[in-house]
Amino acid sequence: MLRKETKSTGVFVCGEVRRGKIHSVTKELIGKARELADKKSTHVSVILLCEELADDTHSLFRCGADRLLLVKNKQLKYFNQEIFAKIISYLINEYLPEIVLAPATTDGRTYLPAVAALIHTGLTADCTGLDIDPENGLLLQTRPAIGGNVMATIKTPDYVPQMSTVRPRTFRVPDEQDRDGEIVEPQLPDKLFESSIEVMEMEYTGGDGTNIQDKEIIISGGKGLKKPENFAIVRELADLLGGGVGASRPTVEAKWISYPHQVGLSGKVVSPKFYLAAGISGAVQHLAGMQTAGKIVAVNKDPDAPIFKVADVALCGDLIDILPRLTDRIRKEMK
Amino acid sequence: MKISVLVKQVPDSDEIKMDPVKGTMIREGVGTIVNPLDLNALEAALKLRAEAGGTVDVLSMGPQQADMALREALSMGADRAVLLSDRLFAGADSWATSQVLAKAVEKLGSYDIIFAGEKATDGETGQVGPEVAALLGIPLATYVSRINVKDGFATVKRTIEEGYETQRIKLPCLVTVLNDMNEPGMPTLSGKKSARRAELTVLGASELGLGREDTGLTGSPTRVVKIDRPRISRKTEFYSGRDLDRGIDRVVQMLHDLAAF
Repeated sequence: MLRKETKSTGVFVCGEVRRGKIHSVTKELIGKARELADKKSTHVSVILLCEELADDTHSLFRCGADRLLLVKNKQLKYFNQEIFAKIISYLINEYLPEIVLAPATTDGRTYLPAVAALIHTGLTADCTGLDIDPENGLLLQTRPAIGGNVMATIKTPDYVPQMSTVRPRTFRVPDEQDRDGEIVEPQLPDKLFESSIEVMEMEYTGGDGTNIQDKEIIISGGKGLKKPENFAIVRELADLLGGGVGASRPTVEAKWISYPHQVGLSGKVVSPKFYLAAGISGAVQHLAGMQTAGKIVAVNKDPDAPIFKVADVALCGDLIDILPRLTDRIRKEMK
Repeated sequence: MKISVLVKQVPDSDEIKMDPVKGTMIREGVGTIVNPLDLNALEAALKLRAEAGGTVDVLSMGPQQADMALREALSMGADRAVLLSDRLFAGADSWATSQVLAKAVEKLGSYDIIFAGEKATDGETGQVGPEVAALLGIPLATYVSRINVKDGFATVKRTIEEGYETQRIKLPCLVTVLNDMNEPGMPTLSGKKSARRAELTVLGASELGLGREDTGLTGSPTRVVKIDRPRISRKTEFYSGRDLDRGIDRVVQMLHDLAAF
């Protein structure tokens, strides 16, 4: 929609409900939306699409939302991109928000681009920073480009709403305040719930389906592990710390571990608080996928391995020896 | 079965070098490759053609030199390559790119299924596939790792955060694929030879009925207003040999400070 032809106000958050529970990214986005709304003296609404809700909705208000647009329907039990895109587009046309934020999850990254196309506006993927331009009130969206080597700031000057997806854990869950809001259950036309897509089956594995991009700690292994079985020592440390297991591209290509674990430009770009690279030399395409991590530890035999150049701590030696030592030390500390 | 594949030519990330001073990538002189996930998309298309018969068209938007990606797709077995190229397309964001691709798909005819990679390694937005589907008004499936097409429906397995979602989708539809979908095949020698000589169909803005305001930078709702180079400078503490114990202590302390345990 063209900005000059629309009277748009408010910041909208598309929340995420997984199996009746409100995913924490919803609150992270509400916290950021509140900051943006305060700078523009406007309101925050959160949209939840679900079949049933097991969680308390008032915590959404305590996190900063003024209004909850709650759509409950049995057609929303599982994610259906067609229905989600139709409903979100409908609500945007109805309520005319100026800004829309959605999680950069597999859901958000599927329905929000479709919404952007349907209502003709811009969308910026995987934003790591959001702010309001003090000069003109426009949303400033910052995202890493070329694997985190540059940060691009993007605006949507002439179209509304200005839309962004944001990865989970990019912003923190805000402290809850003593505040309240209203719950609105919009009446939607039945045709929004019709779909040419039918969900046949859901399989909850938790394992390989777990997105390492959601993890605060990632322990990654490379060809320095020598053999696929040695991923066990990587996994042991990751499990101990409640982290995820990452991998270099050569190990995935050699089928030592599955593709969802691959870190790098051709896999996942991650930015955890702590990243440990074991037996990964540090090809550019790998570095570009992890160098924005908070703290980086590298374990490698080769003192000249490029991975050491981006590491806070370089442990030069045999990882088969070093990694179990580290794991044991942590296990002792935990007791 | 009429099948099409959307492909993008991207810089070869294996060839990219780092500028040690600026900490940025040096792209000059870097070769280009077909976006890796687009090869999985092409493989899925070729496999479907082998099962169900039909044709595979590959479409790519880019400068004239983007013919390399299309020729590679031809050498792997695609039937026809269409290059969408026009100076007006330059600077397109995902909306404006999708506009060009959607118009081309409409012009080329009624495809039963369109494949694309889940995202490109350069832009990393993953938005073009879903936007093209929405502009065409056809259903979409993303993050697909398995597909079975039968009796006018595609059954797809989507890899999501918590596991897998299996959906049954009415054709025509657009499917974006992940790397674990398949193992892309290799070009054949004869395929390479004929691909080198092959005539590419080239379509520009006027052939697609697009004007300056619909496409390229002018038609893009988003604008890049600033590029910063974050200086990620780390002082590396180096431990080896007998110092390794101290190094391990440092890592344990670091995890402590992060409240990791």
